[in-house]
Amino acid sequence: MRSRSAIDSLRAEIGRIESVRRRSAAVLPFGIALLDAHLPGGGLAQAALHEVGGTGNAAVDGAAAALFAAGIAARTGGPVLWCHARADLFAPALAQAGLAPDRVIHVEAGDEAGVLACLEEGLRHGGLGAAVGELARLPMVASRRLQLAAEASGTLGLVVRRWRRPGDAALFAQPTAAATRWRIAPLPSTPLPVPGVGRPRWRVELVRCRGGEGAAFEVEACDEQGRLGVFADLGDGSAAARGTHAAA
Amino acid sequence: MFLPTWATDRLRRAEPTLPPDTPLALVGREGRRRVVLAADRAAQGSGIRVGMAAAQAQALVAGLEIRDADPAGDRAALERLAVWALRFSPVVAADPPDGLVIDTTGADHLFGGEAPMLESIAHRIAAAGYGVRAALAGTWGAAHGLARHGGQPLAVVPGAATARAAASLPLAALRLPTATVAALKVLGFRSAGELAAQPRAPLVRRFGPELALRLDQAFGRVEEPIVPVRDPDRATARRAFAEPIAAPETIGKYVGKLAAELCARLEARGLGARRVEMRIDRVDRSAQTERVGMAVPMRDAARLARLLGEAIPRLDPGFGIETLTLAATETGPLAARQTVSSLGAPPQPDVSGLIDTLLNRAEVRGVHRVAPVQSDVPERSVRRIDALAPATGDTWPQSWPRPARLLARPESIEAMALLPDHPPVAFTWRGVRRRVRRGDGPERVFGEWWARDPERVAVRDYFRVEDEGGERFWIFRAGDGEDAATGSHRWFLHGIFG
Repeated sequence: MRSRSAIDSLRAEIGRIESVRRRSAAVLPFGIALLDAHLPGGGLAQAALHEVGGTGNAAVDGAAAALFAAGIAARTGGPVLWCHARADLFAPALAQAGLAPDRVIHVEAGDEAGVLACLEEGLRHGGLGAAVGELARLPMVASRRLQLAAEASGTLGLVVRRWRRPGDAALFAQPTAAATRWRIAPLPSTPLPVPGVGRPRWRVELVRCRGGEGAAFEVEACDEQGRLGVFADLGDGSAAARGTHAAA
Repeated sequence: MFLPTWATDRLRRAEPTLPPDTPLALVGREGRRRVVLAADRAAQGSGIRVGMAAAQAQALVAGLEIRDADPAGDRAALERLAVWALRFSPVVAADPPDGLVIDTTGADHLFGGEAPMLESIAHRIAAAGYGVRAALAGTWGAAHGLARHGGQPLAVVPGAATARAAASLPLAALRLPTATVAALKVLGFRSAGELAAQPRAPLVRRFGPELALRLDQAFGRVEEPIVPVRDPDRATARRAFAEPIAAPETIGKYVGKLAAELCARLEARGLGARRVEMRIDRVDRSAQTERVGMAVPMRDAARLARLLGEAIPRLDPGFGIETLTLAATETGPLAARQTVSSLGAPPQPDVSGLIDTLLNRAEVRGVHRVAPVQSDVPERSVRRIDALAPATGDTWPQSWPRPARLLARPESIEAMALLPDHPPVAFTWRGVRRRVRRGDGPERVFGEWWARDPERVAVRDYFRVEDEGGERFWIFRAGDGEDAATGSHRWFLHGIFG
């Protein structure tokens, strides 16, 4: 028990050295105990940058990743800046993930460099709930700038990674300064007793987490308030989200 | 622009009771004599000339209306007319006593060319009741002469033909003192061209350097700068430098100072800037202007300096900047407003500054919000609204799931399906065959028959399908599956769900 408290105090010490400028340690919990338990502080750090990507086809369209980001942004409760270079985001879907159209400011940033610059402006401003950018490449230096901007203003930064080709998703392994990195893959939807498509499900993988360990979860996709759901899958007898530890 | 009867027209506007066909002359003192200083068209027709003694004019024409001339008032009115003409071009000056000079460079394309622009300006002046003659030429001197002594009331001379047009001008058109013109006539010269063909040195010795200067100005051999009038209502801040500046940091420093000055002036008037021009005048007399726009009127010096700072890299200082000018070209009322209140709800964050910054970035194509439209056709159910528009409170119906990504153009797919209302069993999109595990639908969308004729009977049946890997797609069949008139019965993929 004593060693535990020593480790905690050491962690706090390192935290102080690492982020002197961090204004708050506020977090945004997912509301799912198993998921929040894996995140330091019990939720997504508010004043930090987070990355969301997909695999296979989802790496190209980034649909699930965008909805996951929308769900997080919806729960911050302020205006949201959404910067993109390709205008194929469909706003009604954001509304169905809890992000009302009045809250979202869309920026057509022209190219990747423009997205980076606009995202940084949004993070520096400080009045937004969250700033989201859709990017293929996120170099270390750029991510560091975004992370510092998010720390300084306390705005939640989200980067939806989407690539031109499914193979490019391998670039997701390259390190960035983001606090967490998520990989979202669609799973077959919740079975219904009748023919039809049930509530979508995702495999949510916490690939990297600063100050925490990676893990993978299977959850139900965002509801109209942007909250993820846990399975109540009586079919295989488990009544909680299935969490498996993964090597990070 | 030449206003031949400016003074009398001005008087007639001030005294509308004066009958329009009565001859009118304005008299004033010249030394100890009372002489005619201006005469209108009717008076000139009866033989009255400017410079004639007042008594002689009265004797010449019966019923001549005589008023006191007001040269200072005419001059001031001409300046006001020049300010009015600023709407046509940023460089306008009064050319006293009876003209305006307008630099149309870079402004004519807004009016569809040089001739339509000249016509438009002349018509507006004429509509206000002033006699007007106008000419457009490559130099101020030539245009001045053509307007007063050319044959047509509206003359446009292309830049290359300016020298030829100037050569045909009479001596009186050269803006020389009357005595010089008379002496040259005695020597036998009649036109500017004849004069220009003579050896220069003897003429200058005889008549002074002004003659050569005026000739060169008319032929465009000497630059004749126009000192533009300034709109007194326009807030500006200007700084001239003893030593030309060029370094971006220095420019940035002075932009900051001028922005503070400009904002102080705007505050004194209760205005906020919506558009600010930053103009640099370089040592070599060329100029460059950069503009920034604001989404809402604003007079925050730090924010303005920051917006302008992003335009500094686009400036080319050349050999150095002599003067730096900031002008608020578009303004709007901006009253003081309480921002912090401990009583009510927490204040809404102000994002207008952020939107300004984003809009002024060169690579940004648009900053907007999206609002719902009452349309069943998916691609028409969204519209863009201003990023700072008041909240609409509207949203889309939540009962039907919508895909996170909507393809700009539905993509054709190969599908096998039972008609009329089953989702496909399998489909091929972008070369990948997918077996459909689950499907929802159809959601039938009818064409907007009330708005568009080709859509009178058009139908799309949308299905949400899920393949074996769990990926969910939004596909539709053109047509209702029974009647060929409703669509081609081909399948398309329109969106991707997360």
